[in-house]
Amino acid sequence: MPVSDDFQKAQRFREAALPYLDDVYTLARYLLRDASDAEDAVQECYLRALKHFDSYRGPAMKPWLFAILRNVCNAEYARRAHSHAAIEDTPGAADQTPMWQESEASPETEVLRSRDAGAIRKMIDGLAEPFKETFVLREISNLSYREIAEAVGAPVGTVMSRLARARAMLRAAWMAEEEHSK
Amino acid sequence: MTCDEAQILLHALLDNELDAGHARELEAHIATCPACTAEFAAQRDMKRVLAGTTLGYSAPATLRARIEASMPQARPQPSRRSVLRGFAMGSAVSALAATGIVAVVLRQDDQQRILSEVVSAHLRSLQAGHLIDVVSTDQHTVKPWFNGKLDVAPPVIDLTAQGFTLVGGRLDYVDARAIGAVVYKRRQHIINLFVAQTASTEHRPPKTQTMQGFNCRRWGERGLNFWAVSDIGGDELTEFVDKFEAAMKANVEG
Repeated sequence: MPVSDDFQKAQRFREAALPYLDDVYTLARYLLRDASDAEDAVQECYLRALKHFDSYRGPAMKPWLFAILRNVCNAEYARRAHSHAAIEDTPGAADQTPMWQESEASPETEVLRSRDAGAIRKMIDGLAEPFKETFVLREISNLSYREIAEAVGAPVGTVMSRLARARAMLRAAWMAEEEHSK
Repeated sequence: MTCDEAQILLHALLDNELDAGHARELEAHIATCPACTAEFAAQRDMKRVLAGTTLGYSAPATLRARIEASMPQARPQPSRRSVLRGFAMGSAVSALAATGIVAVVLRQDDQQRILSEVVSAHLRSLQAGHLIDVVSTDQHTVKPWFNGKLDVAPPVIDLTAQGFTLVGGRLDYVDARAIGAVVYKRRQHIINLFVAQTASTEHRPPKTQTMQGFNCRRWGERGLNFWAVSDIGGDELTEFVDKFEAAMKANVEG
């Protein structure tokens, strides 16, 4: 009976996908920087994932959900770009952010002060794409390089250079803020 | 190895993604290059600070509910055919039986709804700053705090000696009513014990249900309904409820 097939499919999907709800929501929050947009995107992501669950062959559920979420978020970006003449995070924004600074000026490393989660989240939010996404997938979502490459559809080498860039930018922002607050 | 290569590979080393051969090469380069030594140390420190900070977000309970609602329901509804079969029998007895079934289904729905509200309340409580209104490991501080806030005094029992630390209390809302929540900790796991008044004074034995990955054990005793909710295992939650009940019994008798 098709109805009970649907139940069973939904049940299997629930068990496989819902445990990652916090992870998917976290990525959406960082990608969209807005709580209610993130909620909408996550719901759409789960709807699409359920629809395509039949073709899901594994092995890892989390990168698969992330890949779907990225598509949803890209559509949201397109919608925003359409409805607002200018938004702050257009793809070109990457070019305007300062390149990471070589630390050769002061070889002795300055130890970063611990900051509260809110301040750090804000600094991560300030990173340009695609560096922020790669950083979040590695540092917060705990994906392996290979899984990140799968989720974003880029070679592992690209993932590595983006990650190095992202961390250098984050550290520069962190130190700039500490300088500022002195 | 050049510095440009090292500046990228050092991240792979920090992330445990570098194979042994490259790791040796990189370490040899770092040992001779002050700039890369500095960058490596700086990135290692930053990673350490980040690891010690909660940077993820918790999905709101309302989002979870929205997604659940958008999926085909897991609990199969009584199919049209079985309802029709009931009527096809045609006798007054079967009609009566059918009504009984409806009543049972409705009650289960009601309980399911309250269970889902209790789990939502638990989820809400886990968000930063929502867990506890009165912070105390002392039952003689937590218990009086509830006075005047609820129409019933929830029993507050310190189970620290039994491995469940009392951490405080909170007012919460379930089924559109204010109810008391007594908060315990087991290692790093939170247990919310929700307590609400009920008209029924009969003893209802504890029963565990699972929803959204949380275990919920509910029971009724002395005109109170209890729901213990946590992400700890079913065995541990049963242990918690057993110890709570034993302590409550001892309190009443002692």
